[in-house]
Amino acid sequence: MSETFVLVLLSAAGLGVLLCLIRFFKGPTAPDRAVAVDTACTVTTALLVFMAYYFKRQIYLDVALVYAVLMFIGVVAIARFLERGI
Amino acid sequence: MIVIVTLVVALMLSAAVSALFFKDLLSAVIASCLVSLFASILFLFLQAPDVAMAEASIGAALITAVFMIALRRTKRYEE
Amino acid sequence: MLPLIGKIVTSSGVVFLLLGSLGVFRMPDVYNRLQAGTKCTTLGAFLTIVGVGIMEPAWFWKTLVIAVFILITNPISSHAIGRASKKSGVELCDRSVVDKSRDFEEYESNL
Repeated sequence: MSETFVLVLLSAAGLGVLLCLIRFFKGPTAPDRAVAVDTACTVTTALLVFMAYYFKRQIYLDVALVYAVLMFIGVVAIARFLERGI
Repeated sequence: MIVIVTLVVALMLSAAVSALFFKDLLSAVIASCLVSLFASILFLFLQAPDVAMAEASIGAALITAVFMIALRRTKRYEE
Repeated sequence: MLPLIGKIVTSSGVVFLLLGSLGVFRMPDVYNRLQAGTKCTTLGAFLTIVGVGIMEPAWFWKTLVIAVFILITNPISSHAIGRASKKSGVELCDRSVVDKSRDFEEYESNL
């Protein structure tokens, strides 16, 4: 019961990443792609925590922590470039 | 397991090939950010969390910031 | 009792994540996509991560730290992208009815 629960939720979050990826390939302008990557990164952070629960290892949570802190810097750098002020 | 790894590698390759064909170089940098995201998931599935941590920090933050400073000095669109 | 609460919280969080991604896929405009993709995703990621912390009580404080970081950094990045796309000249879609920013610029030019 628990195995299928975890697999269904993992595949649902993976479907979310896939939808963001379709928007990344379709998006007409560069800010569309930045929005798609930002959403994909947040979904991926939740997915990493969920994979730590699936593998039952606590060290995998550190990857999600580093990801949650550092993905913000990349998106802000892209935004500052678009605003012409880096 | 092998199905998930194949799917992640296919998505990573599609993002990397799309980075080659964009005329807007900002979109190419965003695509390389996406490649590092999938590479981090792949390293986590292959049970190497320290490599995944290094890949996430370098590929997400550092490469994007350095490429943004480089694009500031040069042109954004290639012809 | 505790794993059941954790499963309910995690399932609702994943539903919010899926709806946010569907909004990014379906909406017609940069600003609509930004709104759908950041509000739903922040709530969904918060519920998912805290739900995993409830299911495994030894991990609770670490997952709470990750959730608080997402709660701080996600609105900042979405605000930065919205402001940058407004300044770099991305238009609203043609079905939108109100544009307060353009009204304010007209008001300032008539002053």
